[in-house]
Amino acid sequence: MRISREFAIYFALLAVVAVLPALGAYPVFIMKVMCFALFACAFNLLIGYTGLLSFGHAAFLGIAAYVTGHVLKVWGWPTELGLLAGTLAGAALGLVMGALAIRRSGIYFSMITLALAQMLYFLFLQAPFTGGEDGLQSVPRGTLLGVIDLSNDLTLYYVVLAIFVLSFLLIYRTVHSPFGQVLKAIRENEPRATSLGYDVARFKLLAFVLSAALAGLAGASKTLVLGFATLTDAHWSTSGLVILMVLVGGMGTTLGPIIGAFIIVALENKVGDIGAFLGRTTGIEWFNGLGEAVTIVTGLIFVICVMAFRRGLIGEFQAWWVRRRAPAVAA
Amino acid sequence: MELFGIPLSALLSQLLLGLVNGSFYAILSLGLAVIFGLLNVINFAHGALYMMGAMFAWMGLTYFGLNYWVTLAVAPLLVGVFGVIIERLLLRHLYKLDHLYGLLLTFGLTLLIEGFFRSFYGVSGLQYNVPEQLTGARNLGFMILPNYRAWVVVASLIVCFGTWYVIERTKLGALLRAGTENAKLTEAFGVNVPLMVTLTYGFGVALAAFAGVLAAPILQVQPLMGSNLIIVVFAVVVIGGMGSIMGSILTGLGLGVIEGFTRVFYPEASATVVFVIMAIVLLLRPAGLFGKEK
Repeated sequence: MRISREFAIYFALLAVVAVLPALGAYPVFIMKVMCFALFACAFNLLIGYTGLLSFGHAAFLGIAAYVTGHVLKVWGWPTELGLLAGTLAGAALGLVMGALAIRRSGIYFSMITLALAQMLYFLFLQAPFTGGEDGLQSVPRGTLLGVIDLSNDLTLYYVVLAIFVLSFLLIYRTVHSPFGQVLKAIRENEPRATSLGYDVARFKLLAFVLSAALAGLAGASKTLVLGFATLTDAHWSTSGLVILMVLVGGMGTTLGPIIGAFIIVALENKVGDIGAFLGRTTGIEWFNGLGEAVTIVTGLIFVICVMAFRRGLIGEFQAWWVRRRAPAVAA
Repeated sequence: MELFGIPLSALLSQLLLGLVNGSFYAILSLGLAVIFGLLNVINFAHGALYMMGAMFAWMGLTYFGLNYWVTLAVAPLLVGVFGVIIERLLLRHLYKLDHLYGLLLTFGLTLLIEGFFRSFYGVSGLQYNVPEQLTGARNLGFMILPNYRAWVVVASLIVCFGTWYVIERTKLGALLRAGTENAKLTEAFGVNVPLMVTLTYGFGVALAAFAGVLAAPILQVQPLMGSNLIIVVFAVVVIGGMGSIMGSILTGLGLGVIEGFTRVFYPEASATVVFVIMAIVLLLRPAGLFGKEK
């Protein structure tokens, strides 16, 4: 009964997203949201279900974006192989970074992932194939499986939607599998999970690689949608952004990262307009510069979420739902 | 004179540059370690507060005509007060929660502070001149020693070892260490631990601001100057481990020097060498060079 209601919500959401372009939504914007939603879901797999705060997830998004861009543009590979290459690149990097980072736990884990991602950022800055400050521009979308032409935004829209739904189901399946239960056990009480005979390091590494691979898929799809890969993808601010998405939506909730990604991507696009509007109406010149300093807004949301709103939108909603129903059960 | 095919004077000047950077690493990682010891918070905002120190130095000179030496005292004081406010208003409420929330809060503060300064000053560097007493350089025969760089290294060493002395050798430091070890028990002995925590945070961030003022004349003063630095300092902290004050100082200086040498022999790797060392240390000695696995 409960499960069917849960899935009813997912199907309703899917139906809405599927008809959005027909309702006049700009497909590229929704596709960008879907890519970041996948990125956030991948990140949530670590923070929400394993309790690992990675501060370096931009590295996986970035490397996949570059690898996919490179094989599509320079080597002319078919699109599906390009996506696969990006995903595998994310997974391989995840294996290396994860193996190093899980040697320390807690706050050190976060610092190590951040530092390793920064190292990768500098490598991308210097490496010849990334195009340095300019990035990889005008990456062709090509055709999927040699038949589906992706240059049409609407066609690509449903391909990206399919990628997202399949990944979402994979994450859902993982979280609700015995493997996912072990991850939650590690999150709740690592020493006890160890004492029950689980090889905690192995489970953490597996979760890390899976998360990195899915973040890679998100980066690969993003290159396909926007047609470019830049240093911003791999910058630490992107790692911060994905944390914020999951924090706003709700850590450890299924829908939270998706809602969070939508809010943050929309906000990033609109902050400049909002600032200009505030500048016009209040006459305070300073607001006009808000678009150049988006981090004021994201930083403020960060502070508010951490201080007062730690469960995120979906988490708070669930808590409210439970509270609302609790008296009825008691009576 | 040459060493490894590189003129000795060039080698020594890069060594000095490395020491200057190492001084900043040392001051910042020292502050992080002191704060982490007592608050169990990794202060991501350390880089932003370092930037604030440099910015205040520039603003003090530009708007109020305050010279370098005045701002060297005033900027850390102001940033310290700002830190006290942050601790009282925000950080204090997170101590009982998972440590990651402290990191997330200070990360948010970093974005907020940097964004705030960006909205006024953009991202281009602001010029800050070396104070006239320290301009020029002296010729030591084997190398040219710029006075200001020498001053940065000396001042940093004095501050670092002063802090070490206070923490390891005085009554106040003993209380601080006791608070780090067991806050409840220390409080039972009549020590006002919450006040100590607040002042420790204020002191830690004042150190960062001090480093910022020192950096103002040699690095470009701009709103994002702290964010790349703080990530390197995180790597320094992972390499050294946060268990020992002296460990933080030595690791910071040592890594600065290694970075300086890398710039001579293989400049392409100078930006990444600290991270590579971090990876190696993680493989060989995961707890860090001076760390104890908790």
